[in-house]
Amino acid sequence: MNSPDKIDVRYVAHLARMHLGDDEVARLQPQLEQIVGYVRQLDELNVDGIEPTAHAIPVQNVFRSDDVRPCLDHDAVMRNAPQAREGQFIVPKIIE
Amino acid sequence: MTTLNQLTVADAAAKLANRECSSEDLVAAVLASIAQHDQQVGAYLTVDAESALAQSRAADAARAGGDIRPLLGIPVGMKDLLNVQGQPCTCASKILKGYVAPYDATAVAKLRAAGAVILGRLNMDEFAMGGSTENSAYQQTRNPWDLSRVPGGSSGGSAAAVAADEALATLGSDTGGSIRQPAGFCGCVGLKPTYGRVSRYGLTAFASSLDQIGPLTKTVRDSALLLGAISGRDPHDSTSLDAPVPDYAALLGGDLKGLRLGLPKEYFIDGLDAEVEAKVRAAVDQCRALGAEIVEISLPHSKYAVAVYYIIATAEASANLARFDGVRYGLRVDGEDPIDQYGKTRAAGFGQEVKRRIILGTYVLSSGYHDAYYLRAQKVRTLIRRDFDTAFEKCDAILTPVAPTAAYQFGEKISDPLKMYLGDIFTIPVNLAGICGVSVPCGFTSEKLPVGLHIVGPALREDVILKIGHAYEQSTPWHKVKPEIRGQKSEVSGQ
Amino acid sequence: MNYVANVGLEVHVQLRTKTKIFCGCPTTFGAPPNTHVCPVCLGYPGAMPAMNSEAIRLTVLSGLMLGCKINPYSKMDRKNYYYPDMPKNYQISQYDQPLCLGGGIEITRPDGTKKTIRLTRIHIEEDVGKNMHFAASSGIDFNRAGTPLMEIVTEPDMAGADEAMAFLEALKEILAYGGISDVNLEEGNMRCDVNSSVRPAGQETLGTKTELKNMNTFKGVHRALSYEIARQIADVEKGTRIRQETRRWDDLAGITLTMRSKEEAHDYRYFPEPDLLPIVLSQAQIDEWAQVLPELPEQRRARMVRDYGIPEYDAGVLSADQDIANYFEATAKLAQSAKAASNWIMTTVLAKLTELHLTIGEVKITPAQLAGLINLVEAKTINIPTAKEVFELMFAQGGDAAAIVQAKGLAQVSDTGAIEKFVDEAIAANAKTVADYKGGKEAALKALIGQVMKLSKGKANPGLVNDLLKRKLS
Repeated sequence: MNSPDKIDVRYVAHLARMHLGDDEVARLQPQLEQIVGYVRQLDELNVDGIEPTAHAIPVQNVFRSDDVRPCLDHDAVMRNAPQAREGQFIVPKIIE
Repeated sequence: MTTLNQLTVADAAAKLANRECSSEDLVAAVLASIAQHDQQVGAYLTVDAESALAQSRAADAARAGGDIRPLLGIPVGMKDLLNVQGQPCTCASKILKGYVAPYDATAVAKLRAAGAVILGRLNMDEFAMGGSTENSAYQQTRNPWDLSRVPGGSSGGSAAAVAADEALATLGSDTGGSIRQPAGFCGCVGLKPTYGRVSRYGLTAFASSLDQIGPLTKTVRDSALLLGAISGRDPHDSTSLDAPVPDYAALLGGDLKGLRLGLPKEYFIDGLDAEVEAKVRAAVDQCRALGAEIVEISLPHSKYAVAVYYIIATAEASANLARFDGVRYGLRVDGEDPIDQYGKTRAAGFGQEVKRRIILGTYVLSSGYHDAYYLRAQKVRTLIRRDFDTAFEKCDAILTPVAPTAAYQFGEKISDPLKMYLGDIFTIPVNLAGICGVSVPCGFTSEKLPVGLHIVGPALREDVILKIGHAYEQSTPWHKVKPEIRGQKSEVSGQ
Repeated sequence: MNYVANVGLEVHVQLRTKTKIFCGCPTTFGAPPNTHVCPVCLGYPGAMPAMNSEAIRLTVLSGLMLGCKINPYSKMDRKNYYYPDMPKNYQISQYDQPLCLGGGIEITRPDGTKKTIRLTRIHIEEDVGKNMHFAASSGIDFNRAGTPLMEIVTEPDMAGADEAMAFLEALKEILAYGGISDVNLEEGNMRCDVNSSVRPAGQETLGTKTELKNMNTFKGVHRALSYEIARQIADVEKGTRIRQETRRWDDLAGITLTMRSKEEAHDYRYFPEPDLLPIVLSQAQIDEWAQVLPELPEQRRARMVRDYGIPEYDAGVLSADQDIANYFEATAKLAQSAKAASNWIMTTVLAKLTELHLTIGEVKITPAQLAGLINLVEAKTINIPTAKEVFELMFAQGGDAAAIVQAKGLAQVSDTGAIEKFVDEAIAANAKTVADYKGGKEAALKALIGQVMKLSKGKANPGLVNDLLKRKLS
């Protein structure tokens, strides 16, 4: 785990649903590897038995009661839609 | 002669209460200042003057009817990632072009409820990712103290507007220093409240476990006033804390006797600019002169904070920014199928820094790497939090620099992401620990660039750091010095 | 060679809440597209989820009913994947700390034997929106997005389509009993992913599994599984390797097909949801919820047999629907004969419900009224044919049986003197029939009884008539 990992930038970009040009990949590759090399300094710490921190506050069980609240105005919602039809958001045909 | 736009919130509120001016006068003065200076400063992305004036007239009418709310008629500018109903909210990104917010962020709603006038949208680094506001997809914001330099970031517009008197006060957001660092660079007061003190509902998320909304103001008192107005438990934000909100402004005053202030021995490091260090050390001496006891403390894991931050913040961001897909709002670039459409929309909509962080965050969470990066970073985050817990057994607050340097030139760091990231070394640990910190002006470099003192307090002890900041500020002249945007610099007549 | 199938299910059940899991939008079905939406369930910038406490309570209640261990510490996670019907492009779900662990459901196989299907876990998550297809594009309606779902994951314990079907039926019954879900399949309240594999009998390790996505009818599950298991066996016999893949059931063609869009490997990049805090359930809280734990269908059947002395068959029929079981118990408690109550409900009442497409809740005749009618029969105040006539009247408008009987003068005549008069009349008027009977034709007696009943306008006690006729003709 000591050598910096080779990052498959294209694969990761695909997971993140971002098309990248060849020039972008060429620029990002060394930058990302430099950053990943830097964050690898965490490997020098022994973290055995340390609880991970997911939240910075020691709070739990925050719930809401099952009460109906007003919805957004349909027209306002659809005005934000890049493409709409019959009250629905339109995307290229989904093939299952 | 002080014009209305140069007033502090506290002074403007007093003038309004005494009927020495109207809210409409105040808003008009701010709009005039924007018209005069913002061509050069570039703090605002949009200003809805009509709406601001309408709100101010409504405030004046309310006052005439006996309304005495403390912020009634006070204009406050908003960082462009806070949702304000009926206004655009682009987060300085092309991907949110055309989006109109259908709701108010809770902090905005609370300011409205306190009577404030919501004014204008302020430039920032795209999705709050950056430390110089150079990552805005729309425009450059310049530092009012030296227009060839950056205002800091990501809340660069919020800081520059306050420094240039284009606003009385603004709201920003701070994920790793994004309020405190630009406040330091622009010579204003920037407060990052305790995680959960202010509701994040309506704040477009960058890194949800780190983000916090806070005020940028001309004085510590104004910071206290705004914090009091926007704090509190919000049912829309499960992480907002159910803790009483004190009258922060009322708790200001007095000297620092009986307070122990910690100096972390690890924080005066290589790479810390000598002038910055000298100003901060002088500020420490001033606090001692005000009665504080200075004690040495240790925060041994802080040197790992930047690494931890760039794993956790980017991981969370990679999910938070997944919603920008061109389906429900914002930019859309057509594609052959949904996947192609996402790929094209996101390629066209996001800037370089955002793409870099989304890819980094996706990578550190991906199968095979999750434990080595993300889980390990969460564990080191625990160690960083524990450092602060231990430190606060020995002291009431901690003093550090805000940033290793004063404001730098455009283009100086933008090409070297890692160098840029290291600029947040003093502010990031505070976000990771979920505690509070404030940046207060503590002098100028030989180039007349502001330097900030960073005062860090335990969770929910904003009262303590504001008290220290206020005592320090009132004993020094720095907050009264104004930039001269046309080149010459002058001091506003005060005492 | 003989093959054994292993089937595991992931059942998504819509919880019966008024509002969505993370916002106050209503969960009611059938609203116009994108009208039950808000910044939270549309994934707007800055919107944040807030957990509906009722979703937690219903899931824990399910866990208790299904014998699960309730996890004292549970948390929400983000499951990252892009799909147009997913507003945030991550789903808030539970990864490594679900609300419930373990548990099981006992099913009855077609041959009557019992078997326990083990559960792996139950977790909560949000539903996605709905896609509709136009000629060249697809439309998305986000009304369903954010509906609270409970996902029940089983071990691969079912040996085929019949057992899977039995499991789903049993689960549906339990969830309906607990008021956990409306379990309305037409509205998509219960959907499942079906994992299946085959292996030669005697082989311990499971074969490679395939997954059938998004099945929403039990019949569909049965048909699809029957097909899929046969397909896998045929492939194995041919020597074709089974590919681990996601398949789709084409109901029209009656076959399963490889799904094109789900081909690529998923990397969900789970991490804890920073916007929601952990769920920590104390034993006291769990105990409090357990107090209102409804009786399970299986327990109720046993109790009905024990308490009312009705046959197991009757208990099975009556308990299949909780409301009918309640109706029966209320009737049986007031009736002099529980078996008579069971007979009346199983035959007469249920037939009426089917005929008129009614639910038991819509029936005008109350359990107390039905019990009153039964008791009139038991007391021999009216006979069965009269009772059926009275029942029709009561079914139409409700009312008290005794009052109707009295008002209409339908009470049975058991006065020997009055009946004797009718008997004598009948004997006198039917000399031939009398002769037939005396000549040994037993059936002739029935005709004479009929004559007496006719003379009495149906009110004579048939038992008494029978006795009197026999005595007079002997």
